[in-house]
Amino acid sequence: MTVASERMAVPAGKAAQSTPQWLAGRLGGLALHVALISITVAWVVPTAGLFVSSFRDLNAITTSGWWTALAPPFKFTIDNYQHVLERNNLGTSFVNSFMIAIPATIIPATLAAFAAYAFTWMKFWGRDWLFLALVGLLVVPLQATFIPLLKLFTSLGLTGTFPAIWLAHTGYGLPFAIYLLSNFFRALPSDLFESAEIDGAGTLTVFFRIVLPLSVPAIASLVIFQFLWVWNDLLVALIYLGGSPDVSPLTVTVANLVNSLGQGYQWLTAAAFLSMIVPLVVFFSLQRYFVRGILAGSVKG
Amino acid sequence: MDVIQLLTLAGVVVLVPTALAVYIIGLEYVVRLLPDAAQPRVRPWIWVTPALVFVALFLVYPTLGTIQISLLDRAGNFVGLANYATVFNDSGVIIAIRNNFLYWLVLYTVFVLVFGVLLAVLADRVRYETLLKSLIFMPMAISFVALGVIWKFMYSYQPADAPQTGTMNALVTTLFHAQPVTWLQDRAIDNPALIATAIWGFTGFAMVILSAALKGIPGDLLEAARVDGAGELTIFRRVILPLLMPTITVVGTTLVIFALKAFDIVYVMTGGNYDTDVLANRMYLELTKFNQPGRAGAVATILLLAVIPVLIFNLRQLRAVESRR
Repeated sequence: MTVASERMAVPAGKAAQSTPQWLAGRLGGLALHVALISITVAWVVPTAGLFVSSFRDLNAITTSGWWTALAPPFKFTIDNYQHVLERNNLGTSFVNSFMIAIPATIIPATLAAFAAYAFTWMKFWGRDWLFLALVGLLVVPLQATFIPLLKLFTSLGLTGTFPAIWLAHTGYGLPFAIYLLSNFFRALPSDLFESAEIDGAGTLTVFFRIVLPLSVPAIASLVIFQFLWVWNDLLVALIYLGGSPDVSPLTVTVANLVNSLGQGYQWLTAAAFLSMIVPLVVFFSLQRYFVRGILAGSVKG
Repeated sequence: MDVIQLLTLAGVVVLVPTALAVYIIGLEYVVRLLPDAAQPRVRPWIWVTPALVFVALFLVYPTLGTIQISLLDRAGNFVGLANYATVFNDSGVIIAIRNNFLYWLVLYTVFVLVFGVLLAVLADRVRYETLLKSLIFMPMAISFVALGVIWKFMYSYQPADAPQTGTMNALVTTLFHAQPVTWLQDRAIDNPALIATAIWGFTGFAMVILSAALKGIPGDLLEAARVDGAGELTIFRRVILPLLMPTITVVGTTLVIFALKAFDIVYVMTGGNYDTDVLANRMYLELTKFNQPGRAGAVATILLLAVIPVLIFNLRQLRAVESRR
């Protein structure tokens, strides 16, 4: 922020010498603010429109735009929310999303922490090639795994159950999880490990007492990233859970509502918004970690 | 029901990490029984094996399996490239390929990058940068399903004589006094309309990463250019842009991967109708609706082949980073 204002200060200082330049600077600044604020508004309006619509009844939604609700008389209702929670299985789906996302986050995070530790601080035959293979797997389209895995799950009787999707998301999430944690573990100072070894600390002590506590921010980034990824996933859930309402997460239920409700979609607004609550709370409260996860995933490579 | 679910959840959350910790700790004590020289050779495998088993079983094996399936018919007989021939003769698949490569790969990637760079550079000059970035980044947190619903409402259509309920058509009719547009059915505009949704969703991602890279450019460098009398545009073109190029490339590869795999937005907004289909949706339909695993496998393999250039690029990047270390 200070860097930015310093950069701004230079042209302003120069411009003070002659009036037209000063005026041009001011106008340029004004244009910048107008452009940025209108872009931001354009980015907020779609979500805001849906939010306002979710509190309007069917008649209002189909006969007038959402913006008309912002002028008096204010006629808002929570019927849409009540309806989708009671009639469209939204409550069950909400629970299902947690049932899917929490194990599908914790299992890969734990596995990745162990693997990343070995990849960064132990030497073994084939290590670099294995790591290279993992980075390669980062880009494999999940579509390329569906048919054989579906067969496997069906033969094990797991299709349509939570364990199937936990296992699938664990496999899918691991390359990124190992990659992210490895980048972080590698950046830890090597003196730390050397002095611990001199003190006679074993592998276990180093990992559980030194590496893990120091890596809390990285692990938090990974956990948030993977949780939101699974929470927001539609395709994997469609494939392995098969769209049965008892096990469907929010994304599948909302997508089904889109198809079944057609144009009469006042309930869809409320359903979509319910599916956004958890990601929005996570995002606005833990934005720092989320952004760090995203940066680790792309910039460092 | 809810109590049982809660117990299952608690069980999995506690048991799985505990079991893994017991595995690691238990085997560590076993390893300590080995001769000193053998220990460092055995120990790493204890730590990496669980993860590698998962990756092998849920990524590597099924990917190879898919390639094999793409060469078989429904009865499991080897048919060579017959599935590929069928797929490439299907006008629906050709349209999906056009959409993936023309609209998604090119239009979407280019627009997200251009918007991302512009916003990162412009936002850097104002005091409300943090708030602005949060708001533009927000769509990245929500699902593409929610994103699709939001934009389905933006694009909703009413006949010309009725009041418009969709924001886009309200703008079209009041600002431009034009007829309302069927954004998601009109073949001339529906693909760009879907792309616009995806751009809205992803610009924040590009902006946040590019903005972080921009903060990494030393202020002195820009200062020096200004002292030398360079205009802001020249500085952008000659100093900022070249320094951002590596990051732009990396963000670009991420976007390309997403463009090839695009599914949710199309599935929710048009279902692939009116010439908006994409390969991922095509594959889903072949697998679930038409029960044609061979053709689905062929489409999936086409996707796999399409990401190989990106894969090679990423591995080269990694090699370059490793050699600098």
